[in-house]
Amino acid sequence: MASHFKPKHLMAAAGAVALVLSTAACGGSSDSGSTTAKNFSFLAINENTTIAKTLTTLSQKECATQNTAQPLEIKNQAQASLDQQLQLLAGQGALPQLFTAANAPSLTSQLADNGTVLDAAAVSESVLPAASSTIKSLYDGKQLVLPTELNIEGIWYNKKLLTDNGITTVPSTWEDLVAAFAKLQGAGVQPISQAGKGGDGWGVTRWVGNYILRQQGPDALKKVADGSAKLTDPQYVAAADAIAALGKAGYFGKSPTSIDYATALNTFLTGKAAFIYMGSWALSDFNDETKNKIGVDNVGFLKFPTVAGGVGTADQMPANVGTAVAISKKAYEGDANTQAWVKCIVDNYGTVALRDSSQITGFTTDSAVEVPALTKEIQTEIGNVQSSVLWFEGYFSAKATTVSQSNGGLLGSGQLTGEKFMQTVTANLG
Amino acid sequence: MHSVLGDRKSVAILLGPALLVYSLIMLVPMLWSLGYTFFTGSVISGFTWAGTANFSKLFDDPALPDALWFTVKYAVVITVGQVLVGYLLALLYVYFLRRAGSVIRTLVFFPVVLPTVAVALLFQKFFEYAPQTGPVNAVIEAFGGTGVDWFSTPGHAFLVVALMDIWRSMGFYAVLLYAGLLDIPDEMMEAASMDGAGTWRQIRSIVLPLSLPVLVSSLVFSINGTLKAFDSIYALTGGGPGSATTPLTLYMYQTSFAYGDYGYGSTIALTLTMLCLLVTIFIFRGTRRDLAQG
Repeated sequence: MASHFKPKHLMAAAGAVALVLSTAACGGSSDSGSTTAKNFSFLAINENTTIAKTLTTLSQKECATQNTAQPLEIKNQAQASLDQQLQLLAGQGALPQLFTAANAPSLTSQLADNGTVLDAAAVSESVLPAASSTIKSLYDGKQLVLPTELNIEGIWYNKKLLTDNGITTVPSTWEDLVAAFAKLQGAGVQPISQAGKGGDGWGVTRWVGNYILRQQGPDALKKVADGSAKLTDPQYVAAADAIAALGKAGYFGKSPTSIDYATALNTFLTGKAAFIYMGSWALSDFNDETKNKIGVDNVGFLKFPTVAGGVGTADQMPANVGTAVAISKKAYEGDANTQAWVKCIVDNYGTVALRDSSQITGFTTDSAVEVPALTKEIQTEIGNVQSSVLWFEGYFSAKATTVSQSNGGLLGSGQLTGEKFMQTVTANLG
Repeated sequence: MHSVLGDRKSVAILLGPALLVYSLIMLVPMLWSLGYTFFTGSVISGFTWAGTANFSKLFDDPALPDALWFTVKYAVVITVGQVLVGYLLALLYVYFLRRAGSVIRTLVFFPVVLPTVAVALLFQKFFEYAPQTGPVNAVIEAFGGTGVDWFSTPGHAFLVVALMDIWRSMGFYAVLLYAGLLDIPDEMMEAASMDGAGTWRQIRSIVLPLSLPVLVSSLVFSINGTLKAFDSIYALTGGGPGSATTPLTLYMYQTSFAYGDYGYGSTIALTLTMLCLLVTIFIFRGTRRDLAQG
């Protein structure tokens, strides 16, 4: 037996194994890379179920033909690790046809610069001008994402909890708002529900960003990006200190560092907290009776208030396209089935998302769709936006974004001073 | 046998495939990573020559000393904890639990085979502070104390990480050391006992010296594992609060894959490699001295 295993045979066998292994290694890319992909893949995030739900509906109705040619396949990813997953997939040339755009806009721009992400301008005939302009301001004049959301952000409140505790006028200034927090805290009601666990700390850093914009005007964060101001400048530190003071007073609840996004939202929707800072993407949850136990009529929207002596106004609305989706250029070009799918999404997504999830998007919609009163109110607010501002990390790198958001919880629990928080973020701005 | 191993062709055929696989999956990536230390960028943005900039950055980066200190602190505490508790358990098995030993050994060993992420989730729930009160805080409160927000302060978070990792691996070290203790002849213990040596004296003068080689091996195993710890910390605290429980491994991972800076990530990896090398040299020098004395 042994005599049959000559070195030549062994070498040939080793060569064959190596060939198989190297073929397997090189062929690891998903089917999305071929010209006729088997499936239409979408990389969703766990924290946003609306996009997956809407795409699934489209696949069964409006885009059923496209779905037959290329069945929809949805994969999920935690939002906190989305950016690293996108980098890994892009590095391997394995991005799916459609994927949730990176948390850090700078990463999506980087992906576009190296030819990985499609400039969606050519396929965006059904995108509203307001959404298009918001996207372009975020991505240096390019339309790199499809606006599966068009949001404004602000402070949502529980009307009943406020009136039950003697707050009959909705606070319109920062001072009134803090006084309301104190009153609620005194009455044993958690004033604010906000997540601060790991990457969900953006809930707290949004307060910092908005305070800065109200105090110093809408260009304050752009100045930091341009290098004409620093986050460690006294006026910026004062803003972070104002939020740290809320944390020290316990207004963000027992332990924001232990609370994730879903828990924070649930705390508000079950009437255990009076206020929550949130984007209008949460309308689908507010309108969902199984989740919203306080009743949709009981939810009010408050623009982030003005700060005494500040130059920013409450009309300068934090607006964004929230969780948007990007298209893989490699997968789109040359694949007629994928192109048909994308066209169908652009044409129908707005109507289906509004009809089924009360989600306001940046796509045109069928005017016949009836929406709940709160959604109608927010639609009007969005329509009235004259000047929009970006969020705290809007101009940050991926590293600074992660560092800021993972330290947000500590600011919200009062364990980090404003100065220390700003120093930590500044050290990572690059 | 000698004729086979003396034949160069046979040696090449026997070693060749293993060496090839080892080189492909270990040495090549290591050398590749070493090369990255002189570049900046990522596979997305492309790479540009950075010279020694990444090495200079090591000295300017405020996060690096914190990660390095956490790595050393973690390695020392966990190694001491794992080996000490393992040794105490082994002594318990050999000298006090001879009959029920196998049952206890199995129970103590059980966490070793559990998936790390499952153990991390278990400890998250055990030490939960909000929105629900976990069992640990419930007990503290039942005795009139105030619940502790374990994962929001660096000290408390480190304590939970240490407890979890010691609990998770003490069974392994207990079995390892138990095997070593079994080699100690019963006659020697009986003779000492007849000479009037008490339990403590027997342990100090007989058990400890005779089990020293297996203890040193356990220390080498443990320190090697703890310096490279990643999964348990990532799953339990994610490196938080802030970056308070971020070891070099996690910082390297974040830098390379979340922040897209492969060059600096590789430089951090090199720092970790140097640290491991230093510890290995230190341990082996110490071991050699022990053997020479023995």
